Amino acid sequence: MARNKEGLILLVDVGPSMHSVLPEIQKVCSLLIQKKLVYSKYDEVGVVVFGTEDTKNDLTKEIGGYEHVTVLQPIKVVDGDLVDVMQQLPRGTVPGDFMDAIVVGMDMLIKKYQETIKGKKRICLITNAMYPIKDPYEGTKEDQVYTIAEQMAAHGMKIDCIVYKGNQKQDTHDSIIKENDMLLSIFSKKTKAKAVHVESSTSLLGALRTRNIAPVTIYRGDLELSSTFKIKVWVYKKTSEEKFPTLKKYSDKAPATDKFATHEIKVDYEYKSVQDPSKVVPPEQRIKGYRYGPQVIPISSAELEAVKFRPEKSVKLLGFTNASNIMRHYYMKDVNIFIADPGNKKAIVAVSALARAMKEMNKVAILRCVWRQGQTNVVIGVLTPNVSENDNIADSFYFNVLPFAEDVREFQFPSFSNLPASVQPNTEQQEAADKLVMMLDLAPAGKEEALRPDFTPNPVLERFYHHLELKSKHPDAAVPPLDATLKRITEPDPEVISQNKLVIDEFRRHFDLKENPKLKKSTRRLLRDRTSGSFGGEVVKNEGQPTDLVTSTSTVKVETIGDLTPVPDFEAMISRRDSPEWVSKAIFGMKNKVFDLVENSYEGDTYPKALECLIALRRGCVIEQEPKQFNNFLHHIYRFCQEKDLSSFCEFLASKDITLITKTEAEDSEIAEGDARSLFVKREPNSSK
Amino acid sequence: MKKVTKNLKERIGLLFPDGCKLLGFLVVAGKSVNSALNKNEPEFMIFVLLVPLQMLSGILGASNTMRITEDALYEGAINKISETRSKPFDIPPLNSFHQNPLRQNPSPQLLHCRFSKSCLMDMDPDDVFRDEEDDPENDFYQERQASKELLVYLVDASPKMFNITCPGEDQKNESHFHVAVSCIAQFIKVQIINRPYDEIAICFFNTREKKNLQDLNGVYVLNVAEREHLDNLTAQFIREFDGVEESFNKLIGSEYGIVSGSRDNSLYNALWVAQALLRKGSAKTADKRILLLTNEDDPFGNIKGVTKLDMTRTTLQRAKDAQDLGISIELLPLSRPNEEFNVSLFYADLIGLDGDDLAQFMPLAGERFEDMKKQLRKRMFKKRKVRRITFMIASGLSIELNTYALIRPTVPGTITWLDSVTNLPIKAERSFICADTGALVQEPPKRFQSYKNEEIKFSTEELAEIKRVSTGNLRLLGFKPLSCLKDYHNLRPSTFVFPSDEEVMGSTCIFIALHRSMIRLKRFAVAFYGSSTRPQLVGLVAQEEIVVAGGQIEPPGMHMIYLPYSEDIRLIEELHSETTGNMPSANDDQIQKATALMKRVDLRDFSVCQFANPALQSHYAVVQALALDEDEMPEINDETLPDEEGMARPGIAKALEEFKVSVYGENYDEENENTAHGKANAASRKRKVASEDALNKCAYYDWPKLADDGKLKDLTVQELKYYVTAHKLPVAGKKEALISRILTHMGK
Repeated sequence: MARNKEGLILLVDVGPSMHSVLPEIQKVCSLLIQKKLVYSKYDEVGVVVFGTEDTKNDLTKEIGGYEHVTVLQPIKVVDGDLVDVMQQLPRGTVPGDFMDAIVVGMDMLIKKYQETIKGKKRICLITNAMYPIKDPYEGTKEDQVYTIAEQMAAHGMKIDCIVYKGNQKQDTHDSIIKENDMLLSIFSKKTKAKAVHVESSTSLLGALRTRNIAPVTIYRGDLELSSTFKIKVWVYKKTSEEKFPTLKKYSDKAPATDKFATHEIKVDYEYKSVQDPSKVVPPEQRIKGYRYGPQVIPISSAELEAVKFRPEKSVKLLGFTNASNIMRHYYMKDVNIFIADPGNKKAIVAVSALARAMKEMNKVAILRCVWRQGQTNVVIGVLTPNVSENDNIADSFYFNVLPFAEDVREFQFPSFSNLPASVQPNTEQQEAADKLVMMLDLAPAGKEEALRPDFTPNPVLERFYHHLELKSKHPDAAVPPLDATLKRITEPDPEVISQNKLVIDEFRRHFDLKENPKLKKSTRRLLRDRTSGSFGGEVVKNEGQPTDLVTSTSTVKVETIGDLTPVPDFEAMISRRDSPEWVSKAIFGMKNKVFDLVENSYEGDTYPKALECLIALRRGCVIEQEPKQFNNFLHHIYRFCQEKDLSSFCEFLASKDITLITKTEAEDSEIAEGDARSLFVKREPNSSK
Repeated sequence: MKKVTKNLKERIGLLFPDGCKLLGFLVVAGKSVNSALNKNEPEFMIFVLLVPLQMLSGILGASNTMRITEDALYEGAINKISETRSKPFDIPPLNSFHQNPLRQNPSPQLLHCRFSKSCLMDMDPDDVFRDEEDDPENDFYQERQASKELLVYLVDASPKMFNITCPGEDQKNESHFHVAVSCIAQFIKVQIINRPYDEIAICFFNTREKKNLQDLNGVYVLNVAEREHLDNLTAQFIREFDGVEESFNKLIGSEYGIVSGSRDNSLYNALWVAQALLRKGSAKTADKRILLLTNEDDPFGNIKGVTKLDMTRTTLQRAKDAQDLGISIELLPLSRPNEEFNVSLFYADLIGLDGDDLAQFMPLAGERFEDMKKQLRKRMFKKRKVRRITFMIASGLSIELNTYALIRPTVPGTITWLDSVTNLPIKAERSFICADTGALVQEPPKRFQSYKNEEIKFSTEELAEIKRVSTGNLRLLGFKPLSCLKDYHNLRPSTFVFPSDEEVMGSTCIFIALHRSMIRLKRFAVAFYGSSTRPQLVGLVAQEEIVVAGGQIEPPGMHMIYLPYSEDIRLIEELHSETTGNMPSANDDQIQKATALMKRVDLRDFSVCQFANPALQSHYAVVQALALDEDEMPEINDETLPDEEGMARPGIAKALEEFKVSVYGENYDEENENTAHGKANAASRKRKVASEDALNKCAYYDWPKLADDGKLKDLTVQELKYYVTAHKLPVAGKKEALISRILTHMGK
């Protein structure tokens, strides 16, 4: 385990220009430490910040210089304190010199490990590289960087540079930035280095590799172009899903005094005859059965072994074909990468020639692969060229698995052109759509492509580790909300939306959406009948009104609350003054809406919408001075949720701070200021259990 | 092989109780499989069995190996091959969810059996291929046009069928009866795998013996015990049918049933029996067909006068009655070598064929037969949506989409675990046991993660809440040019989305408008798909409809591509970057040689999924062989092997050689090249040194003596390992394991 431990130095620029993104940096760095705590707890990490007022490092003591570089944490095995350190990075006051910091980091690594853990020493630099580095005492800056890079290579260190380029207004620094970029690029020429430039805080979160997975080849051997011409290749996984951690089941049976209790739960399987459940069949007495018509044919594993299809290990070329013959949606699995055997120069050239020719001709290769000896299936896939843009990185291929004839289900769908004219977009609608597709652009020219998969972190994992850390401090900590940076992944960027407000509004105007009137509303009516009884006289009167009026959001006068825009409908209705009935109608309709949403929710997916409605309802009730309507309803829904096992909604409301309407807000209310939360306080002991 | 099939009696002894028939597979008729027998076109269709026997003989033997064009000269030949290869598509489309005016007869051969996971005792841990999104709860929305097929084969067994022969395999003449029977035999063997819920009956007419419920003369319904006349296919029935030819004369006998002087009309009787059999089941849920195989184009030819007229009239009336009941009658006529089957003599009337159809029918029949014999064992899936999702385009503007799984890896079928002693199904029961106290616990409500030497507990609700990062089902984030979608941006099979106006009217219109814009502007949409299992970014790639020869190859709609996160992408390229200089790359000459090679080794019109999965086909073949007690395991033709012959063609060989010389140089020795760069082989060299070392050290010990004195346990593990390494035994395991391994090796 410890054999593969990594020594990592985090170099973080905390100079004034970095302050805006330091929260993200803190987040991503603590995530890195947290993942190490979970997956590789023997790794060692040191933290250096630069751009600080103070100076604290060994080199300055020993030889002087290296000001404003502070060793926040000498190299040590990862632990919880390190997470805290990362979460409280100091805010610096002076422009930092990243080159000084690199030297300090190298010095720490060399002193700590000398010649050991070769190839596992890594420096990770996060800076915006906006300030010039100091001129060296002799030679040029370039010479200095070359020397440092060579040293790094000699000691087997890697360096990852993440250069943040967000919102830089000072154009004057252009030349400096260029120079710094050039200097940093020297590293990638001389040593194992990687420099990435990111422009948004979201991609900053994704730019740092928070988990180190040692890549393993899934195949080493020949790529057979023909029986006589073979190229030595290695195959790795290029993408592989990082799964949500598998949590163990917790048992609370062990006595609290037992310090060594594992709290684990073992799962035990027992096999019983279907006809006679009292008869237990030992696992080794089981035999696999496969269906043949209505019957099941038992086949023992020995028999199956004996007749199994067993192709020879090999990777063979079937031929080349036009790239357009392989549609993108046929890619079946995660992606592999074929690289030439790194020790074999001629193989590298051969792969390079093929890749470049394929790219030039827009061709792809079809392969038949058997990765391992003894594998019981073959894989047909497509090889696409990946021509390297970097001189010191070899050309390679991506490999995607293609489906077999049996894997494709030939379902038929109607042609769009055969659909009735009513669903065909007209010219204006098509134009509006064109505009939307053009303008809602995530990859504008001259700017960073937003949400590039390579720089987009998984918000779920991010949130899990964040919660894990919170829970390690307070076991009852609530699930943290997604912060704004991560919301950029799950929701459209408000900036993009506001920039394109006109286009979106136009699009909305051109298309008309409405609920299908023919849709059976049986479920909804049921709910209405059930709830109306408990609402008292005034509401029941409204029951006489047709409740299943067709929702028409486009008409001026809103008469019911629809599914699509309940809140605006409600607001429109409640403010109608042509009849006093509208207020109660609106309130009534909204109550039903909330019920609908809560009851029809699937794992709470409609809760936020229900909350929106509830908030609107509360606001409306305050404005119309109808506090009882709301307060009674809130009580009612609370009871309803408890009966229906939907208490998660109550918890959700509690977490969103929905309170009863108090006397201060509406004269008629009987709820005093202090009691507004009473409903949810009662619940606390329940939910926390 | 004998051993494998020995205990077959017990195997087949296993019949499920009736209730079990319904659980299990979702099966649907697909066009590629039963197109030949499909009634998705003019109601009555005729097929002529012109095809010589050898073509029928190999359902799977059909040569489907990959061919490569050498150059333009071969283009014609290649196109022909690829034409047959892409066959699954060349067939008029089947059923569609929305009634398509172009398609008059959406095939209703869909089953509406629920896929009930809970009923299946499937604990296979390797079962990773299941559709992740298959959610039985969604069956609620299933389209209810599903149905199965009820099919009666009417095989003419008149002496004429035996007397007339056509050249078959090995240039031997074979009787029409043989052709018909072997064709059906092969067909039902595929059918039992593809669509096990179809119900089949096989009747012979013009027989000496009679066996039918109506006790009519000249009609013999073949069956086995415990099976209704019209029922699901079973192994016994298929075996019985396989043997029918041998025992035919003894058991059934051939005798032409329409002779002058007798009022018997065997064709009439046969139709009557078939119609009676097909009374079972409702016409709404089942597709009922009669398939008539005969070589007699004029059944009443030897009758004269009024009797003939009368017989013709009653027979036609009988057929019409059947058709009025929703039964379609199809004809598979067999032609004599020198004389074509004359449809217009009698059968055109029987099945209601007139001018145009009559003329078109010849080429069609040939094509259909190609399909029939090349049938692939492929489980058919019913078209059903995986789930309905809302696609939020902007706030307050959401449309409704249905998702479909068009491409999913097919697995050999559900495993039913059985008790090997009784061959009865077993079920697994799971129990949770506390590791500390050994107490039985209920499904634990909390999970934990070890972190900082503590156990951090999470409730299932909290975990669900963590994963709930998005409210909307599918939320549009923006658009990007297609070039931003890289080849490595893939994790799972894509999901197809198609709009629906069922709940929100106007969805389809918006969808079509976006679809057109995206295709025209070559852009794809990036959206966030907030599924509860793995919320993730997806790319929506618009796909235009592609129709070839009247068949829909690609349906119009969008494909949802699951994009990886940065955590899921590995930086392999940089792993072996060169630090001392530039990486070697190909020069222009080498690229040009590669280009030349590519031009020659070109798979024109390659289509994805033209290969059958050899592992799956072999599995089906094994199950069939065991079920039917076949003596030999059928050979599976591995279509995925490269075309060695094509590669050896002079043009290609020359191009290959030129490219090889240009990158490798003359007299290149791959092995030498490899060892010269020892870097890669460091590990293996180390291993070699270690084993030599062990061999030396091993010699110091007197192993047999140590073993005899029981002193092995006094040695260290390191010392024990000298022995196992030197003798190339596995080195893993604890000390006891090593000792016992050494003892076993020494034979003690």
